[in-house]
Amino acid sequence: MIEELSGRDSLIHRLDPRVKIVLVFLFSVLVAVSDRFLVLLSALALGFCIALLARLPVKQLVGRLVPVNLFIVFLWFFLPFTFEGEPLFSVGPLVGTHEGVLYAARISIKSNAIMAVMIALVASTSILTLGHAMYELRIPKKLVHLFFFTYRYIHVIHQEYVRLVSAMKVRGFRPGTNMHTYKSFAHLVGMLLVRSSDRAERVYNAMLCRGFRGNLYSLSTFSLKSYDVISLVFMLAMMLALGVLEWTKMV
Amino acid sequence: MDEDGLMIHLEDICFGYPGRPSVLDKLNLSFYGGERMGLMGSNGSGKTTLFHIIMGLLKPSFGRIEIMGRPVKEEKDFREVRKRIGLLFQDADDQLFSPTVLEDVAFGPLNLGKSQDEAKEIAVRALESLGLAGFEDRITHKLSGGEKRLVSLATVLAMEPDVLLLDEPTTGLDEATEERLVDILKGLDVSYILVSHDLDFLKEVTFGITCMSNGTIVRDDERIPHTHIHVHEHGRYAHEHGRKWPHDKG
Repeated sequence: MIEELSGRDSLIHRLDPRVKIVLVFLFSVLVAVSDRFLVLLSALALGFCIALLARLPVKQLVGRLVPVNLFIVFLWFFLPFTFEGEPLFSVGPLVGTHEGVLYAARISIKSNAIMAVMIALVASTSILTLGHAMYELRIPKKLVHLFFFTYRYIHVIHQEYVRLVSAMKVRGFRPGTNMHTYKSFAHLVGMLLVRSSDRAERVYNAMLCRGFRGNLYSLSTFSLKSYDVISLVFMLAMMLALGVLEWTKMV
Repeated sequence: MDEDGLMIHLEDICFGYPGRPSVLDKLNLSFYGGERMGLMGSNGSGKTTLFHIIMGLLKPSFGRIEIMGRPVKEEKDFREVRKRIGLLFQDADDQLFSPTVLEDVAFGPLNLGKSQDEAKEIAVRALESLGLAGFEDRITHKLSGGEKRLVSLATVLAMEPDVLLLDEPTTGLDEATEERLVDILKGLDVSYILVSHDLDFLKEVTFGITCMSNGTIVRDDERIPHTHIHVHEHGRYAHEHGRKWPHDKG
């Protein structure tokens, strides 16, 4: 997990997590609805600047962008050929269009820009703080709980999975392309589901025993410092500028 | 609170899971303040079920429950019970759900309406009392098995309960941690019921041992002379044991 990096220190680490969440959200919306290449490229540059400001090791950053871009590579296989418009090039009977290429390029830039700031957010804030900040921002309680519990129990479920797989291995199970394999894997998944649901019930019971009434209280309090306000205003101004750039294109 | 009052009183409790023989069958139990009761019984004899019924996690099909002299039936009544009685679960992973130790220990006090500072203070004190000072910011899922068990105990103690229900607290602990637990339990100022299969452990930390079988409680105090078969080399020659052998426990 990238959370290991949250213990470091940088300008981005020191920012109030609530400010970070709000900015990442606004930035993502802005990038997602923008069309103009000038705007998108500036946003991409801004995104990477933020990631670098968070002192993210470049290797880690690239490593985390790879899965997203693998997905985008597939888009490049299809989009240029399925979009109607001016022909640009052809591969055999397939004709790639100008519009299709532009569309695929937009998606690539948008995804990378948004991912860069997301990674910067998660890498500079501990999961715990992130959850509490979400709570402070009045994000529905159920979503925040879901977020916390996913984080806490994903390890436990993974351990359970590893245990089950080793139990299969020590009895000589070797996956192949046959009915026995499919059946065994189905059992594995089924068992994992049953165990998770049992676990969920026990955890809930344990919480009830300690007086849980549907509220998770936080031990940390956040306070906005002048540094947070300056950063907020600065980033909002940057985004406003991008927004104006995008809007003037339409006129 | 009356120190020696009747804390837990169960009358004719029956409980069964559908399609299986009943787990509890007309069980009666009276537990007084200041008592330390050991509970033994074979697997599936209903010890955990009994604890869950006391905490209101399971509803008996028949019978009466009185806690601290008050009859309890509804979920609302049990909410009060849970402030006075703490349950330590068999699996610490069920109990520790917060990302950090401090948050987990403070969870109970916060639910009881304590302020952030009070809850923190209580949590830190509970951790210190178990020799876990400095564990506050540890990540719960990265603790060792023994540490998890002790932190779980801290989460229950932070509720400042009058009675503890401990469900096999020694399972999976090494000898050193078990000894630490023995010392902790002996030093506690709380009444408790403790489920375990370890007779020596029970002898050490409880005042009396009660057994469960066939879904009910049997007071089995009869002293029955018995011998332990033991195996070691040179056993074919007549001999006596003057001192303890390494494998002889207790």
